[in-house]
Amino acid sequence: MGNNISLLLVVIPLIAAPVVAVLPRGRLPWAVALLVTSLCAVLAGMQLWAVLYDGVISYELGGWAPPWGIEYRIDAVNAFVALIVAAIAAITLPYALLSVEQEIPEEKIPLFYSALLLCLTGLLGITQTGDIFNVFVFLEISALSSYALISLGRERQALTSAYQYLIMGTIGATFFLIGVGLIYSQTGTLNMQDMATILPGVAHLKTVDTGFAFIMIGIALKLALFPLHLWLPNAYTYAPSVVTVFLAATATKVAVYVMLRILFTVFPHSFALATPAEELFIMAGIASIIVASTYAIYQVDVKKLLAYSSVAQIGYMALGIGFASATGVTAALIHLFNHALMKGALFMAVGAIIYRIGACRMDQIHGLGRAMPWTFGAIVIGGLSLIGVPGTAGFISKWYLVSAALEQEAWISVAVILFGSLLAVVYMGKLIEALYFKPATDSEKEVTEAPLLLLAPTWVLVFANIYFGLDTNLTVGLAETAAATLGVVNP
Amino acid sequence: MKPNLILHVVAKFLIPLIILFALYVQFHGDFGPGGGFQAGVIFSAALILYSLVFGLDAAEQIIPPQWLRILAALGVVIYAGVGVITLLLGGNYLDYSLLGSSQIAGQHLGILLVELGVGITVAAVMLIIFFAFAGRGRT
Repeated sequence: MGNNISLLLVVIPLIAAPVVAVLPRGRLPWAVALLVTSLCAVLAGMQLWAVLYDGVISYELGGWAPPWGIEYRIDAVNAFVALIVAAIAAITLPYALLSVEQEIPEEKIPLFYSALLLCLTGLLGITQTGDIFNVFVFLEISALSSYALISLGRERQALTSAYQYLIMGTIGATFFLIGVGLIYSQTGTLNMQDMATILPGVAHLKTVDTGFAFIMIGIALKLALFPLHLWLPNAYTYAPSVVTVFLAATATKVAVYVMLRILFTVFPHSFALATPAEELFIMAGIASIIVASTYAIYQVDVKKLLAYSSVAQIGYMALGIGFASATGVTAALIHLFNHALMKGALFMAVGAIIYRIGACRMDQIHGLGRAMPWTFGAIVIGGLSLIGVPGTAGFISKWYLVSAALEQEAWISVAVILFGSLLAVVYMGKLIEALYFKPATDSEKEVTEAPLLLLAPTWVLVFANIYFGLDTNLTVGLAETAAATLGVVNP
Repeated sequence: MKPNLILHVVAKFLIPLIILFALYVQFHGDFGPGGGFQAGVIFSAALILYSLVFGLDAAEQIIPPQWLRILAALGVVIYAGVGVITLLLGGNYLDYSLLGSSQIAGQHLGILLVELGVGITVAAVMLIIFFAFAGRGRT
């Protein structure tokens, strides 16, 4: 039964999704989704526990032995990412009830939760599977359902941004598939473990080089790595609040995981080092930190500001991957976790503002911080964490990232990381100024604090930001174990 | 809709054949080319032909749209449910061998059930897509 945990993590939301789709309107679909996501979070926790104490879990689907059958293979890396995804889903669901009732037409609510569960299925599936073609399938499951989720946004631009994401996401997935096909043609296997043993023998072939390049570009598109990030700001801005929270905290994180898995597990280390991949990651990381943070400063829509900030944060993770050292990958994994916490909290707080006033443009939120003190507090603490102030989770990621850069004597990267924090001070400062220091506009209706059901999940994440900023045993320990599992060592 | 005798007669003649062929592709899929996806598409083609010839309202009387949503969900549940049954029988997920008295019988039954699920969902989703486009601007 122990191994079945890994399977149930994918199967439970998969079965729940069609069931939720046919449930009657009302709050029942939400209740089922809440139950399922909570169950998944518990299972993901148990799975991580099992992996840490009993070692790698391998599950053969349909009883077909790998490398012929599909294998779910869970080690410390994917168990860690699966827990992040499942936990964020479980925290998002209580928040979803009121926000979704307000933003989504009533007849579409069962379908909304169904799509959300399918998206969760896809994201968890990517983390569980040990089969590279299966990764593609789950990538598409999560992507297709997220296009549908984004298109349900309140404004008409939601449709165009979902379409834009559909085009870019499909190109990314196709590139990934082309790459997998090319490598399959040389190795004859789709099992990642098996591929890793065969690839060193064929690594000199141009086909493998090409396949590697296709896969990297494909995932970089999914990851929204600069300059392939253009779909992300619009998609996050116009999606319903709940979808933004969920996707911002999970989707790109899972793409980072796939990147790490392929760079360090599937391909031999010497292979990636021989290609310019690492340098490209560092360059793309530096560019996205500077460019996206600068863009964020000039945004008038708060959600877009945070979305551009997300692109910048992906840049930090890319830097960590690019250093290709144990510290660098540890930093990337820590930031993966911490960024889920801070962006989750920030997008939830912004969602609470949208719940109250129905918009979130800079000029519409003047003085709201005084009317909604708890929401405002969440934005301040989330913002501090984003900047990387000591005592918050963001500081830990920045600390490890700077240490990794110092180890490699990458002075430019060190400067960029610190400069990126300064830019974050500017854009978060702008948001806080508008919320608190600007005089309130002559709002005809009195704005009150957001309901408790929205505030409680937000503050759970806010406290997590503080907790993981003070007690780093869990995050750093897990990230170090995961980096060691990937086999990266300090040069 | 203006009745067109030739179309009506030809469609009435063709539709049963198309459905029969769909069922053949569905249930003969484990011996010959075919399977749930193809069968579902062919099956829905019969109903789409019907609604093209006899009108959308007549088609919606045969298969009410709210059924389609249930059927689409049902197919996925059948597929995933087969996996759960094998789990409950003590095997791995989708390990069909446990479903029958022998391994071959089990594999046979398993793939038949799973493909049936695929067929139902594909047919239903094709019709949902068709009705969604055909019904635009009607209400």
